[in-house]
Formats: sequence, structure tokens, C-alpha cells
Amino acid sequence: MTIVVPSLESPRPTPAPARRSRRQGLDLPGILIPLIACLYVGVVILLPALSVVVSAFAKGVGPFLENFRSPELLSALRLTLFATAVAVPCNVIFGLAAATAIARREFRGKALLLSVIDLPFSISPVVVGLMLVLLYSPTQGLLGRVVESLGWRIIFSWPGIVLATIIVTFPFMAREVIPLLEEEGWEQEEAARTLGATSWEVFWKVTLPSVRWAALYGLILTTARALGEFGAVAVVSGNIEGQTQTLPLFVEDAYKNYQTELAFGAAMVLGGVAIVSLLLKILVEQVLEQDRKASRNPLDG
Amino acid sequence: MTPALLRRWRPPALSLPSWPWRLTWTYLGLILFLPLGAMLLKAARVGPVGFWEMATTPEALATYRVSFGLALVASLINGVFGLVVAWALVRSSFPGQRLLDALIDLPFALPTAVAGLALTAVYSTNGWLGQPLNEAFGFKVAFAAPGVTVAMVFISLPFVVRTVEPVLRSLEKEQEEASWCLGATPLQTTVRVVLPQLMPAILGGVAQGYSRAVGEYGSVVMISSNVPFRDLITPTLIIQKLEEYDFEAATVIGSVMLIFSLFSLLVINLLQVWGQRYQGDAA
Repeated sequence: MTIVVPSLESPRPTPAPARRSRRQGLDLPGILIPLIACLYVGVVILLPALSVVVSAFAKGVGPFLENFRSPELLSALRLTLFATAVAVPCNVIFGLAAATAIARREFRGKALLLSVIDLPFSISPVVVGLMLVLLYSPTQGLLGRVVESLGWRIIFSWPGIVLATIIVTFPFMAREVIPLLEEEGWEQEEAARTLGATSWEVFWKVTLPSVRWAALYGLILTTARALGEFGAVAVVSGNIEGQTQTLPLFVEDAYKNYQTELAFGAAMVLGGVAIVSLLLKILVEQVLEQDRKASRNPLDG
Repeated sequence: MTPALLRRWRPPALSLPSWPWRLTWTYLGLILFLPLGAMLLKAARVGPVGFWEMATTPEALATYRVSFGLALVASLINGVFGLVVAWALVRSSFPGQRLLDALIDLPFALPTAVAGLALTAVYSTNGWLGQPLNEAFGFKVAFAAPGVTVAMVFISLPFVVRTVEPVLRSLEKEQEEASWCLGATPLQTTVRVVLPQLMPAILGGVAQGYSRAVGEYGSVVMISSNVPFRDLITPTLIIQKLEEYDFEAATVIGSVMLIFSLFSLLVINLLQVWGQRYQGDAA
């Protein structure tokens, strides 16, 4: 009896798991919620991620490194790096241009334009690839004849892969920089201009430094996504081994052909990049948070 | 909110160099509008009758059922557990919390092909979780519909957590304290005071996750057996149609997905507006 009473009583005064309750009593939700959360994330995310690491190094580091002798893997890696190296700078330039153009203007349809920029986030990557095929395919494309008469090859070749990567990743940069520019005033830019700076000088010396961390954050997201893009690239690449196969496509192909070790080796490379980008992201997030606090204080004062 | 107010007081637009503006539109035109236009034009050429017929073949309808149905299951699961995870991140402190926080972003960072490979390895009948599930219950996850659901759960989890988390963080404790002072149990406080305020964020996260799960290809194609009428998803059907050189059918089904994307974008925006209004009232 004496045990029953406190155990019935104790949950009541515990005012929601909300406050980090200083109460020593039985705080059931306080234990259960983190437990369920960890179990769920463990089963859904951590376990699969660990399985890649374990499978990749199942036979030790030597056999893992042996994978990198595979010419198909290397050529896939090269193509992925190339596509990323082209797509990311293009999107950085676009993202910064779009941010400076959009963030500090008020116009009708601004919200709509922002939604349009977000569109690649909600369109299926496969549909993005399909759109490119319907535009550039020599037989079916809207511009197929033009492309063919110029002697270009876009679909089933690297330009298609680069284009697909660009479309899928272009919103990240603008998305990260626009809110920051909106938040900060343009007093500094105005001051710079009244002091006689040209537009370029204002951009390089005032605007860009003020958004550098947000831009870096956008850059990390863009790069991570560009390296890993699958659906859109799968449609336009033709998946020709050693020629138009990117690393993510190689992972799938190798796994389907029962080259499990190669598949996990390549997956480990991509996973490693993902983890590095995640760590960088966390770092930049912290700097960004401090930056925001610092930039807010003078406004408050 | 304050940024909106501040914006109104600002002087009219500084004469910014017009090149960013021009560059933005040129880039958007070439990269987004041109391919979009090509597809819409192609779809328009099919004609309304043909469009309807090709969009509603039994094969296509079966894939819609798989894609939209399982994505709904996945995003509802995440609606519940995403809330729990967000709650654990904001309202508790326990060892490993930072790791949990970092893990949530992994589905964003991990290439979908790697995610697909990882999930297939874990949930196949000789995998860490697939084997016990199969031996104990005869339940097959990978290469069947449950596997597709698992992949969709994986990729859409961060959306719910990352949408709910900031709202939960910004909630005012006073309301909960008031509720408690008036004699409400913790459960009553949670259900009647906290949850209604979180609802726009939860629904917004679920909608974003749903939209992403419907369009997901890379991870699902690896864990699915891709058998028509069983676990073949719509994006895979589009690719199959392209491989069969049936460009019209691919265009039509792609347009259906595009229309869905536009619609979901609208819903997500409306949910965001609703959420902001809610927070505005609360503040």
C-alpha cells in the first residue's frame, strides 16, 4: 500500500516533461520519450548507416582499398567529381545573384518566385530527368534537332548529367542566403555606396562578407546533394559503365550485379563524404548562430 | 512578425545593379522553365482524352496506390515519431542527445543510393533486422511493400523533426504552467495546450515528408522488388516507360507527378502561413 500511493501521486505534480524537472520522483515521460526517440532513430537511421561501414570493412582495410583498383569505380568517381565541380560553382553564382536580387526587393509575386525556386525540392528527381530528356533528346526532345545540328550530345552524356545535377541542387544556396539578407538591413550597403563604392565593391566587400557563413552552409548542402544525386542522373545518363556512370549509379549497378564488396566500397566513399559534410554543417551552424546573435544585438540596442 | 514590419519602413529599393536580377531570370529560364515547358508542351500534345487514358491505366493506378499510399503510411509514422524525437531533443537532456541530433540530418546528407543499399542490407532476409523479423514472424521487409515504406520513412524523418523542433523550442512555458496551475494533468496539458500549437508544424513537416517520399526514387528502387501491381513506385514506372521508348506514357505519368508536386507545394505554403498566424496570435 505504501508503495502504491507515491507512485500514483508522483506523476501528477510533475508539470509536463517540459521543464527539466528538478523533481527526483518518477518522471515516466521524461525517460520514455528519449528512449523511444533513440530506439526509433537507431533502427531507422543508425543501424543502416552502421551496416554500410561494417560491410565495407568486413574483410579488413586491405580488401576495402582493393576496391579502388576497379577502373569502373574510378571512372564513376571521376565523373561524379566532375559533375559536382561544374554544377556547384554555377549554382553558387546563381544563388548569390538570386539572393541579392530577390531578398532586398519588394515586389508582387515575391512569394511565388521563392516557391518557384523551391520547386526542385518537391519535384521527383525522376521527373527532372524526364524533363531534360523531353527537351534535349535527339529524337524526342523539343530542342533535339537544334542540339543534333550543333553536333552536341546532351542526353546519355556528361552535359545531361551536369544539367540534372544543377537543377536538383540550385535552390540550396538561394534558400540559405535570402533569409539572412532579409534579416540584415541594407544600411551598410547604403553607407558603402554613399562613400563612393561601385556595385561590385559593395557586393564583394559588404554583402558577401556579411552572408559568408550562410553561403558556406548553402555550399555544403549543394555539394553534398550534387555528389549523391541519383534519380535525375539515372534518367539522363544512360548508365553506360565506365562512361556515363556516376558513383551513386555505380553503387546500385554493382549491388544488382552481386558485386557486393564494390557496392559497399563505393557506398562507403559517398557515406564518408556525407558524414564529413554533416560535421562541417554542424560547425557552420554554430558559427552562424553566433553570427546571428552578434548581428542582432546592435539592432536591439 | 517583426521582419515584415521592418521591411515596410525601409526606404524604396536601392538601385542595385540589375545584373543579378537578369542573371536570376536567365538562369531560371534556362535551367527550370525551359525543361518544364518542354514537358508541359509534350503533355499538351497528347490531348485530354489520351492524357486521361494513359494516366489511368491499371498499371499506372497500381503505382499511384503504392507511391501515394505507402508515402502516406510513412509520413504518418514519422508524424508521430518525429514529434517524439523533436520532443526528446528540445524538452529532455540525456547522454547522446547531440549524436541523436546529428543523426537526424543523415538522411538529408546521405546519397539516396547509399541509403537504399544500407536499408536493403539491414532489412533483407539475411540482414541484421530482416533476419529476426523473417524468422520470428515470417515477415519480409526488403523486396516487398514494407521495405518501400521503410525507405520512405528513412528519407522523410528529418522533415518532421526539423519543422517541429524550432516551434517546440519557441513555445512559451507560461501557458503550460498556467494549465498545470489550473489543475490539468500533464497529459491534458500536452494534448490540449501544447499539441494544438504544434499542429501546423507537424502537418507541415508531414506534408513535406510526404511530398519527398512520393517522389523518392534512389533508395526505394533498391529495396523494392519493382514488381508491377505489388511494390512498383510511380517514378520507377516512368523510367521503365522511358526504357521502352514509350515517351508519351512517361510524359503523362510524369505530368501527374508534377501536378502533385505543385499541389503539395501549395499545401505546404498554406500550412506555413497558418503556422505563422498561429504563432503571431500566441506571441
